[in-house]
Amino acid sequence: MSLAKLTVSTLALAAVSATAVSAQGREQVQIAGSSTVLPYASIVAEAFGENFDYPTPVVESGGSSAGLKRFCEGVGENTIDIANASRAIREGEIEACAAAGVTDIMEVRIGYDGIVFASQIDGPEFTAFEPAQWYNAMAAELPMDGEMASNPNSSWSDVDGALPDVEIQAFIPGTKHGTREVFEEKVILQGCEDSGAYDQILEINGGDEDAAEDACMSIRTDGVAVDIDGDYTETLARIESNPNGIGVFGLAFYENNTDLLKVATMGGVEPSTETISSGDYPVSRPLYFYIKKAHMGVIPGLKEYAEFFVSNEVAGPNGPLSNYGLVADPELEQTQQQIADEVTMSESM
Amino acid sequence: MTDATASGAAPERRHTSLMTADKGTRRRNAAEARFRAYGLAAIAVGLAALVILLVSILSQGLSSFRQAYVTLDVPLTAETLDPGGNRDPADIASVSTFGYSSIIRDAVLNTFRNAGIEIEGLSEDEARGIISPEASAQIRDRVLADPELIGQTVEIEVLANSWIDGYFKGRVTDRTAELNSNVSPAQIQLAQAMQDAGILNVHFNWAFITAPDASDNRPEAAGLGVAIIGSLYMMLIVLCLALPIGVAASIYLEEFAPQNWFTDVIEVNISNLAAVPSIVYGILGLAIFINFAGLPQSAPIVGGLVLTLMTLPTIIIATRASLKAVPPSIRDAALGIGASKMQSVFHHVLPLAMPGILTGTIIGLAQALGETAPLLLIGMVAFVRDYPAAPPDGFFDPASALPVQVYNWTQRADPAFVERASGAIIVLLVFLLIMNTLAIVLRRRFERRW
Repeated sequence: MSLAKLTVSTLALAAVSATAVSAQGREQVQIAGSSTVLPYASIVAEAFGENFDYPTPVVESGGSSAGLKRFCEGVGENTIDIANASRAIREGEIEACAAAGVTDIMEVRIGYDGIVFASQIDGPEFTAFEPAQWYNAMAAELPMDGEMASNPNSSWSDVDGALPDVEIQAFIPGTKHGTREVFEEKVILQGCEDSGAYDQILEINGGDEDAAEDACMSIRTDGVAVDIDGDYTETLARIESNPNGIGVFGLAFYENNTDLLKVATMGGVEPSTETISSGDYPVSRPLYFYIKKAHMGVIPGLKEYAEFFVSNEVAGPNGPLSNYGLVADPELEQTQQQIADEVTMSESM
Repeated sequence: MTDATASGAAPERRHTSLMTADKGTRRRNAAEARFRAYGLAAIAVGLAALVILLVSILSQGLSSFRQAYVTLDVPLTAETLDPGGNRDPADIASVSTFGYSSIIRDAVLNTFRNAGIEIEGLSEDEARGIISPEASAQIRDRVLADPELIGQTVEIEVLANSWIDGYFKGRVTDRTAELNSNVSPAQIQLAQAMQDAGILNVHFNWAFITAPDASDNRPEAAGLGVAIIGSLYMMLIVLCLALPIGVAASIYLEEFAPQNWFTDVIEVNISNLAAVPSIVYGILGLAIFINFAGLPQSAPIVGGLVLTLMTLPTIIIATRASLKAVPPSIRDAALGIGASKMQSVFHHVLPLAMPGILTGTIIGLAQALGETAPLLLIGMVAFVRDYPAAPPDGFFDPASALPVQVYNWTQRADPAFVERASGAIIVLLVFLLIMNTLAIVLRRRFERRW
């Protein structure tokens, strides 16, 4: 009885307030998505609020997939306007969007993010890595004498005599992170191909390329590789308590903590904004945000925010984003034009 | 019985003294001593954990209440700030905060050269780098508010960069300065020289409590203002909804409802709801209040409603317990002199139960104040910089909350946010302490014993 009364009264209250709100209309831009993009988005939101008469946009994190899922919930004031993503939107997500009525999506590439391999600054001499070494250290199974055997390597010197003789202890991003995908494709799969293991696996399984790629990218689960589901601060804490550990970080995070971490080269190239924008450093990925075109003109300041984000003084080579660690996009002008013309994904394809 | 007669009939009586304990007494005494030791040990473990927690939070967080400020002589040059030269507010506003960085650079160079400070190997960019990017916004706001200032040199107190601030708090050392690209030894020397010259001061930082959150670029400017307002709004909503609904429900259940299987089911469900993980209420809130009722995301109204649902079982259980504790003789006496059932409840039982109800409510509120999980799903775990308006409109504006701010700051890359997060925990603890003290005071003040 009382529970029913309780629910009814709260619902009634909610309904009354809902009508009060829908008359007001939302004034600020709502953003959600990737935690990698979050620092950049909050820097831009802050500067946007200072320099324009619009209210400061509200930025939430939660991960690329969670952000895009909320983005695809539909069109209207109680859905978000922009989804940040550290990977491109997937085909399935575009379909989910379309099913909910979100058809005109604008894709904006804001720049590139580097992924670096760093260890304790006073720890063992991890200064240079090759993708093949990471593959041999991380793979669940390695091809040996014509069949797959579980990975026997327990110290880095087992993998390569040039590396220090300390046990392998790697803190890698968990599977819910967009970073994990980049790590698997650009380091592990690359290493698998470099070391010749890919061809051997193909021979073993009779030429099934998809299965071979999956076999390459399956990471060992015997405690040597530790998935970090939190963010880079958690990885840093694990590295600090574990001198032999190596962690996977974003370039921006590493640059803020250079007094605690030392970075290793990958394929002989030191990670920096320069080597990433020139494409020499292999482990990098583009960062995006996605806009609902239907919200433009309805939510005040939405287009201005997008234009401000990719303007030269913000996302350009010496802007605040690049100072924080974002690698500026050499094709920024195209992106600016694309926003000015409100070009959606279906139109640009 | 038979034993007693048997031993009583025994020819030999054992003579024991009260002074010398026999075997059985010694054993019982030892057991008691052991139990006391266990109890003391348990309390010692609890206290040690509390002390460790407090020491670690206080040692990390107290420094966030102090901040390094630099007093600059800022030359507001007309060429940069008003390129058209016509003092048109729209033209002045078209110069963005990025346009102010050269002004800040000149201001720093001016200020320390006037004070006669010379630092070897300090570049102009490094000199500008010791000032927080927040300063641009601060000076721009000042200029927009009073365009007459253009052309003059104004003395303004601005925040120092978080790395410089960290140097005065011992977080940044010379070793950090050498290794970290964000701060250079020359900047540290400059900051030290400026402090010696009285240009740079470390003093109490009200902005930490009043200012809104800031981005990763300027941890020194980040404050708790929006989070505190958001939390207050939510507590207000919880208080206004949960107290009347909870008390009405418990009075009905305790005093009026018939005892049957239906009320038993309700009772079991309420106890059950009190133990439901709080994230479940977040899911419920998202489904009902945002997706169905169409309330805005990130708004204190939704947070308040969700926390109300979460707090209700606590309040109902506490209220029913304190209603039960009122002796039946009070009710009987009231009914006996002709009061109606309702009069007996509202004139006699409820006032006597009030201290218990208030205590339960405050404890429920304190629990709600520290809750993050349900807010995650309704969009309150967010970067919000604009203060919400005054109620009731402000209930629908985006806001953050205190525990959410702690959670947000622990995730940021800049080490200065570690200090800020601990500082926010201190503020949260102070709020909880005040509420729990209030609960104890109310109970002591109004409690009646029979």
